[in-house]
Amino acid sequence: MKNGVPWMIAAVTGFVMIGAFFVPAVRDWRDAAGTWFEILAAIAFVIGGANLFAHHLQKISAREAGWGYSAVTLIAFLATLIIGLLKAGVPGHDLDHPWSGHHQAEGGGLWWLFSYVYTPLAATMFALLAFYVASAAFRAFRAKNTEATVLLVAAFIVLLGRTYAGAWLTSAVPDEYSALTFPGMTAIILGVFNTAGQRAIMIGIALGVAATSLKVLLGVDRSYLGSDGK
Amino acid sequence: MLDFLKTLDRRWIFLAMLLAVAIPIYQQKLFPETPTKPVQDVFDYIEQLDQGSNVLFSLDYSPSSEGELAPMTTALIRHCCLKRHKMFFMTLMPDGLPLLEPNIEAVIETEFKDSKFEYGVDYVNLGYNAGREVVIVVMGTNLSKMFPLDYYKKPIDQLPMMENVISLQDMDLIITISTGYPGVKEWVQYSASPYGIKLAAAATAVQAPQAYPYMPNQLLGLLAAIKGAAEYEAALGARYPAYRDPRKNDGIRRMAPQFWGHLLIIGLILLGNGIYFADRVRGGRR
Repeated sequence: MKNGVPWMIAAVTGFVMIGAFFVPAVRDWRDAAGTWFEILAAIAFVIGGANLFAHHLQKISAREAGWGYSAVTLIAFLATLIIGLLKAGVPGHDLDHPWSGHHQAEGGGLWWLFSYVYTPLAATMFALLAFYVASAAFRAFRAKNTEATVLLVAAFIVLLGRTYAGAWLTSAVPDEYSALTFPGMTAIILGVFNTAGQRAIMIGIALGVAATSLKVLLGVDRSYLGSDGK
Repeated sequence: MLDFLKTLDRRWIFLAMLLAVAIPIYQQKLFPETPTKPVQDVFDYIEQLDQGSNVLFSLDYSPSSEGELAPMTTALIRHCCLKRHKMFFMTLMPDGLPLLEPNIEAVIETEFKDSKFEYGVDYVNLGYNAGREVVIVVMGTNLSKMFPLDYYKKPIDQLPMMENVISLQDMDLIITISTGYPGVKEWVQYSASPYGIKLAAAATAVQAPQAYPYMPNQLLGLLAAIKGAAEYEAALGARYPAYRDPRKNDGIRRMAPQFWGHLLIIGLILLGNGIYFADRVRGGRR
């Protein structure tokens, strides 16, 4: 019962989604399933938030290593939640309906947090990659064997080909031999070698996903329902 | 010397990268860009669409990749404004929602203020839906099922531009500007492939190689990373001289830091391998 009902829901929904692809008459059922998925996805955010809260609260109460970071996470989490729910600072449409403005309206608390805290922090995290990539390029990117050498040469060409440096260095190459310029070689690497490799991987993954999905829908694989799936 | 380089403090590398990026930003040096085929194909398709065609923008990215994707978003919206296409905006990323309004405001409501684009008639903000790829699946036959209300909680059925739009199949072009999941792959699988809807993509450098296999049949073109944005701006400038102004082209301006950043990484790779082989030779002599 505990696993049977969830599996049944998953199986019926899955077969409806497959059936709707081939049978237009079933599309209303698929749309209903889509709406249910939308609701579940929204609930998942709430459960995720509650889980995050409980996890960090436990770390703080147990004084585990790094509990200070958990405290910062919880404070940020609660501040964002409260400011968002109360629409703090959001300008209302009129005085009779002070909460009528959009919770992300410009000038509001949530807008401020997003624009001046979250956005710079997220951009900074992403930008740090440049420094670590540079460090890794110096320390780890070695031509130790044939595969690594091929990868290194490809990286060298693409790095040059994706900037003006590549075009400038091979500007003397006649147009009929444009494939021999750095941008030309970059286009070949991305469009031929990369595409061929990616397609092979994607077809392999697709076959694996189809097989696994079938096992899930038929109830052969129920590991997604719990630790042992029994 | 070899020992010094072998034990080089990585903070020197960080400093070199900082200078390689910061100095070109300060100098504002510009380099010429030539659109590659995947970029030119997107440009040509938008250019040849009839005025008033339906173009859906799905801004499937978060602030972390805004530096890479915002310039191409601006360039693509700008092009659609020049062609007076009808624009539908949405996102499948929860933290992508606050990025919709600033893009609309900056381009449609400010830059093209004189063109008098009207909300609900020429453009609409559909907002965010949490259903990920299922949203695309259902929108394929029923758009209002997933977005019954727009961003401002107004029923979309009441908007004039939605009169003849029932599903994604009524779109003349879908543009996904994405950074991961859900993104290019999901739009290909659930919109372009089953219904033959024309799809263009703009993606980060990390995601772009995964999008190449879909071209040209399922994906008509691709703007890859900041270079894709710069190339699109170059194509726009070539067709519309008013957009050759570098102040309007963030993508082209960001290519100089990329130029020096790439050269530094190439130099570091060569130096690192030089040390590696020199060390092996020295080890062999002992």
